[in-house]
Amino acid sequence: MRRRTLLGGAVAAPLLAACSGGGGGTDSGGRTTLSYGMWDPAQVPGMEKIIAAFEKRNPRISVRIQLTPWASYWTTLKTSMRGGTAPDVFWMNAVNFQLYAANGVLEPLSGHIKADATPVDRHPKALVKLYSYRGTQYGLPKDFDTIGLWYNKQLFDKAGITYPDASWTWDDVRDAAAELTDPRRRVHGFAAEMDRQIKIYPAICGADGYVLENGRSGFGDERSIDGMRYLTDMIDRGWSPPQSAMVESVGRVRYWSEKVAMNYDLSAMAGQMYAVPALKDHGGIAVLPRGKRRATIIHGLANVISAKSDKKAAAWKFVHFMAGREAAEIQAKAGATISSYEGTQDAWIKSMPEFDLKNFIEMQEYAVPYPSSKNTAVWENLQYPLLGAAFSGKGGIENAARTLGEQMDRALKEERDS
Amino acid sequence: MSVFPATAAAKAAGRSRTSASGTRPGSRNQRSAYWFIAPLGLGFAVFYFWPLLQTLYFSFTEFGAFGGHTFIGTDNYLRVVKDVTVWQALGNTLIYCVIGLMALPVAIVVASLLNRRGLRGVSVYRALYFIPFVTLPVAVGLVWNWLYNGDFGLVNEILGWFGAERNYWVSDPSTAVYAIGTVMVWSTTGYYLVIFMAGVKGIPQDYYEAAELDGAGPLRRFFTITLPLLSPTIFFASVICMINSLQTFDLIYIMMAEKNPAIGDTQSVVGLFYKWAFIENAQGAAAALAFLLMLVIAALTYLQFRIQKRWVHYA
Repeated sequence: MRRRTLLGGAVAAPLLAACSGGGGGTDSGGRTTLSYGMWDPAQVPGMEKIIAAFEKRNPRISVRIQLTPWASYWTTLKTSMRGGTAPDVFWMNAVNFQLYAANGVLEPLSGHIKADATPVDRHPKALVKLYSYRGTQYGLPKDFDTIGLWYNKQLFDKAGITYPDASWTWDDVRDAAAELTDPRRRVHGFAAEMDRQIKIYPAICGADGYVLENGRSGFGDERSIDGMRYLTDMIDRGWSPPQSAMVESVGRVRYWSEKVAMNYDLSAMAGQMYAVPALKDHGGIAVLPRGKRRATIIHGLANVISAKSDKKAAAWKFVHFMAGREAAEIQAKAGATISSYEGTQDAWIKSMPEFDLKNFIEMQEYAVPYPSSKNTAVWENLQYPLLGAAFSGKGGIENAARTLGEQMDRALKEERDS
Repeated sequence: MSVFPATAAAKAAGRSRTSASGTRPGSRNQRSAYWFIAPLGLGFAVFYFWPLLQTLYFSFTEFGAFGGHTFIGTDNYLRVVKDVTVWQALGNTLIYCVIGLMALPVAIVVASLLNRRGLRGVSVYRALYFIPFVTLPVAVGLVWNWLYNGDFGLVNEILGWFGAERNYWVSDPSTAVYAIGTVMVWSTTGYYLVIFMAGVKGIPQDYYEAAELDGAGPLRRFFTITLPLLSPTIFFASVICMINSLQTFDLIYIMMAEKNPAIGDTQSVVGLFYKWAFIENAQGAAAALAFLLMLVIAALTYLQFRIQKRWVHYA
């Protein structure tokens, strides 16, 4: 309505970036100050500990965290890239990675990795691959998350059902969801939310379908549709709230408030779940139930270096350190996220003994990497508007999925042509 | 926003046609006038006109996500015209426009009620009505989302007393546009109220007294005195209101979550522009879309100026 807001945002972003990015450079003492861009305030304490350890080993380098809220992280980063004030090292995710790599704004790391023997093979292969573009590695993973089945033991006890375990299939979920649904108490068995990372993609892969393979969309594939029908069917039968209700109180919040008995959710949510007293007491975690096959989605963040940084040598030292065992162990102890370095996850698992966190680690075996392409956001933006009706109990998932598949293919073609 | 000069300008626009008196072009008076508008003109040139020209140029280019652009001719315009989401967004925007205009009749009625002789505490009422307009749209959007909440919102609670079924107002595709439109009307009424109150004040009390002596009731007085004499102000307000509603963005951005199933049914043209430019890195196409919107606004405004001759009375 009032134009000022949009204009103000556009003007403020580069200004902010200019203010915060200007502090770098080598000062008189020969000390190099790196800026490190990230978005998650929950991880600041852990990152500060890692930085302290790094600075101890590299007394001539200091690292300063540059925190930008998630909502404006990518627009700010893009604008500051244009203005040449981007942080030297920053967090990257799968959705944005190929866009940055293809535009040449990231420093290639393959040469450095070889020279310094960075332990890349100690990180999950699927994750490392997410951050290579046309055979060149541009980012090194720092953490990962998988999706697991969270359940409420108290609600299961009340309904007299045994807890989910590794033997569970989708049929078991359906049977349990029917039993656990209690309209009088407004409790639902499951939260079949319209969410690509934690619900739709795992269901598609569990049905042996795919989201994106060889530059083609898998949404029109019969197996993928089966996977999505597993979700929408539970909405149609009343075992899950419809999406229209979950816009206002999301599945996660419903699980917190014990109004949903089973929910697929990220391992990264463990810390927050642990902070809810009732859930710490009777929240349970199992591996995702088996559809046609076992599957979950793995995603993780990587550290990347800006190609425009004038302190690349110091920046690489930091990224190399972050990919090593010592940094991973500090991060795992901080509890906010799973370190991706092999064998360092114990500290994370032990930080919340009441939860069966090892399930999240075990799922790595069959985890499918988060699908992405150069312009991921373009086809991701097609999904929710097209699938919304089917996830609101209005039916028609087959047609919606096929339309989505066609439109996504068109977007992918445009991406190749550009 | 200054109300009086604008109203006067609307009046002057109508009057210049009938009376060509006043200063001649090039007279000393007029030259000094240029100095007075220079500061505003400079700001306008730097912050509006120059970006406008740039946007026009960029609309013919493909814009890189990290800067740099290549000229591609009219491809962006073809993309805009062929994209169904553009037409859907344009349709939604026109609905917002129609709903947004509802703020005018509400404001007129309230303004004439507040103009009654002997009414006390007028400034308190005026402030109360004006507060929503000066409240941050973010705060407005968040609070209304709570009111509309399907599970524990006040709206459902109140409607429940009358036996209505609960509804997820902002996530039901059939109600979401109207739910947002209602908030738009609610938050802008106060602004138009202030404009109309100024307009109503400009109507001489003698007319009302004379009409009252002739036995005209309050309704008759409203329709034969207030409304016709207020028509220049109504015209000005309707132009402003239409332009504002066609550019609606922030409230929708705040109220509609990404996973809202009604998102396609509520997206405005500026909302789509934002998505293209800042999320999908299609700045060139976004610039073309912005120009299309400008043309629509210009056409509708021109239409309003044409039609006003038939219903606006310049007393």
